[in-house]
Amino acid sequence: MSEERIKKFEARRQQLRKMSDEQLKERFWELCNQMVEPMVEYGRKYTSMSIERSVLLRMGIDSVTSQGVVSRVNEAGLLGKGAGHVVLKLSQKLGVDLREAAKRVNEDKNALQGLF
Amino acid sequence: MNKLDIKKKIDVEEILNDLENYHPRRKGWTWREKVEGGYKVEKFHFKEMSKPLANSVPLPAAKYFNNIDPQPMPVITTEIASGRFEDDIRRMRMAAWHGADHIMVIRTTGQSHIDGLLEGTPEGVGGVPITRKQIRASRKACDLIEDEVGRKINFHSYVSGVAGPEVAVLFAEEGINGAHQDPQYNVLYRNVNMYRSFTDAASAKKVMADAGIFQIDGAHNANATAKEGWSVMPELLVQHGLNCAFSVKVGMPKSQIGLSTVPPCAPPSPKIWYDLPYAVALRDIFSEFKFRAQQNTRYIESDIEEATRTHCIDTMISALTSADIQSTITPDEGRNVPWHYNNIRGIETAKQTLVALDGFKQLVKLDRDGPLGEMVRDIKERAICFLEEMAETGGYFAAVEKGFFVDSAKYPDRNGDGIARDGKGGVGAGSIVERDADYMAPVCSVFGHNHLPAGLKKPCDPIKGCTLCDPKKIAYIDEIDQTDNCNLRLQKTVEYRKGKMIKPEAEWAGDGTVLVQLFVPEALEVAGVAAMEIAKKMGLKDPEVINTQVMHPSEGTFVEVKGKVDFAIDRTTLKIPPKEEMLSEEEIRAGIKKIGLKVVAGTVGEDEHSVGLREILDIKHGGIEKYGVKYHYLGTSVPVGKMVDAAIETGADAILISTIISHNDVHRKNMRKLDELCREKGIRDKVMIMCGGTQVTRDIAKECGMDDGFGRGTKGIHVVNSMVKILKAKKRV
Repeated sequence: MSEERIKKFEARRQQLRKMSDEQLKERFWELCNQMVEPMVEYGRKYTSMSIERSVLLRMGIDSVTSQGVVSRVNEAGLLGKGAGHVVLKLSQKLGVDLREAAKRVNEDKNALQGLF
Repeated sequence: MNKLDIKKKIDVEEILNDLENYHPRRKGWTWREKVEGGYKVEKFHFKEMSKPLANSVPLPAAKYFNNIDPQPMPVITTEIASGRFEDDIRRMRMAAWHGADHIMVIRTTGQSHIDGLLEGTPEGVGGVPITRKQIRASRKACDLIEDEVGRKINFHSYVSGVAGPEVAVLFAEEGINGAHQDPQYNVLYRNVNMYRSFTDAASAKKVMADAGIFQIDGAHNANATAKEGWSVMPELLVQHGLNCAFSVKVGMPKSQIGLSTVPPCAPPSPKIWYDLPYAVALRDIFSEFKFRAQQNTRYIESDIEEATRTHCIDTMISALTSADIQSTITPDEGRNVPWHYNNIRGIETAKQTLVALDGFKQLVKLDRDGPLGEMVRDIKERAICFLEEMAETGGYFAAVEKGFFVDSAKYPDRNGDGIARDGKGGVGAGSIVERDADYMAPVCSVFGHNHLPAGLKKPCDPIKGCTLCDPKKIAYIDEIDQTDNCNLRLQKTVEYRKGKMIKPEAEWAGDGTVLVQLFVPEALEVAGVAAMEIAKKMGLKDPEVINTQVMHPSEGTFVEVKGKVDFAIDRTTLKIPPKEEMLSEEEIRAGIKKIGLKVVAGTVGEDEHSVGLREILDIKHGGIEKYGVKYHYLGTSVPVGKMVDAAIETGADAILISTIISHNDVHRKNMRKLDELCREKGIRDKVMIMCGGTQVTRDIAKECGMDDGFGRGTKGIHVVNSMVKILKAKKRV
């Protein structure tokens, strides 16, 4: 296996030997860009508890409250909607401001029912 | 808040006051401003210097160069994180005065595994718990400090671990100027699940990009971790490349992305043969990005001087290639959490080297036709082959699972000691959730799919503005833990910071830490134990040997012992010598002219030193001649008797002797002899007698019968000032 790897390396290297410095640079970046595309796709398609808490922070909700809210949203299976979305929708439904809506998520176990 | 007064310590309590209403006055990174066309100061024409500071402490030798303090172009970094931010603030001020404009705060141990933000001001271990209050207070202090020194300070910390997106938002809100962010670091060194790490990183980087936060990657950790740091060079290109490409794809401008790079080798290896080709290869491939050149830490142990010498060479490599940021490592990092003055030493190493090497590349050129070109090419080719093998293996995630990274062998060889991570394992495994078709985040700086209502001007319109647009909306938490916070700590140290008690410190106010350096004329095994006993007898508490260096296997050992003193000194009991009041130049000249002041001068005894005295005398050096004094210089190794005879012959008003050699107190003996001879010859009341030398002080001179004495740093004006004052007292002028 190891010998085979080294052989492949030598073969690859032979190809690179023909390239100018500029071409080497282009090849390097071509490969890097190709390599990171799946990672960027994860960033586009997925979210996490931390990302959702970071959204709530930007909505003016403190870090301690955000912790609780995102846990509740996650438990309710609503993380894919966006925790900010959930809090905004609840505030509209209850006619309260965002901070109050976030508080309700933590205090009222049924707050999230039937929201979506 | 009032601006800082140079004569007063920074008031930490005042900074903490009204912190809930503080918001940063700017966001984003600041580079140094170049002086176009070069910078002329005194006799020197610097080629690549930035604007000088309004207030600073120059290098020690500056006194011989009219106290110039030229500031190189690279931003200079220092890492300050003692665990108590309130003490770090004072160190930041000292660091800025010595030329640091990038202050990096390391986080407390374990913070990267905390799933969420910390709040308040708990004490840290090996770093500071990064909380809103701590960074807000520090940024507020940086505002004051940058106004004092006259140059913008970049404040920096880390956006890594499992709370990356929240930390990025916190930093954007609080005006943090720079941050480390590299998802590979989380995966390899913090065992954060790889899918979670990259998902979070995309969001965090987007926030950083929009807030202008300068990003530094984490690739250098590979050569701080691998056994042979210099062998992992091809892989390091790959790590840098992946983070750069990923960052650009999520919207970060290249000018905001910095590579964290370290010359990977250290003497006694032929360091330059590894470090230079590596530095050149990196700068070729990453020419559109910025470089943060770090100094080597991998091979630093407890010897501060060894670290400093290696760091000079590291910095020289920056000067030979390029560095946008020159980071510094405190030379004591290998033996303890850095001490105040070792931050300053690190900064001075960078400043001193870069100033000395100003315009280096106009004088020397790298020879790429020789072995350098071949080695550069070799690194690049190996890096590309590494990437090709990754592609063949199934991409990044598969390569990490197979342990491609941080293997200590030179690619393509493998030692099998790479760090392999399981895609299903690690901290936060299985914690990412696919966004639904109606996913929405009604705030600015969101990366990825976000289904906002149509027709919005800004993403945060549905909530009428987010905290990034309206800082008043930020929710501020002051303290959570009433038993662990800065208010309690500050109360305990108030007498040392604001009261009359003085206690030495290395990290924290009142810590009492001191360092004793000794040469013990014994072999290593005995010397360390003996040094501990000596330290105990000196009264040091908790003594600990922190460095030993063999001078000879049996002749002796250099030992450094740290310990604590458990007493403090009452400032009000100190007798501080009053500062010399200087007469005006006109007054001095008038006095000298009135009596036509004449002196005889010479170096006495068996002493051939002449430079110091010539500088006191000659007009060229701003000596006493400049003020109208006529002098008769008798040379070196002059017998004291001859000085007295010459004074009588020439009718001199003063005898100025210089005495540098002080073995067996010969300097004191010569002074006494001069006084006695003048008395014998009956001229003592007519002639002023003064002595200068490196071991001379005013008190010693007066004790030995002189009218005055002068030590290091004396200029001609100090001597004429003294003479005219004496003449005035005698009513002769």
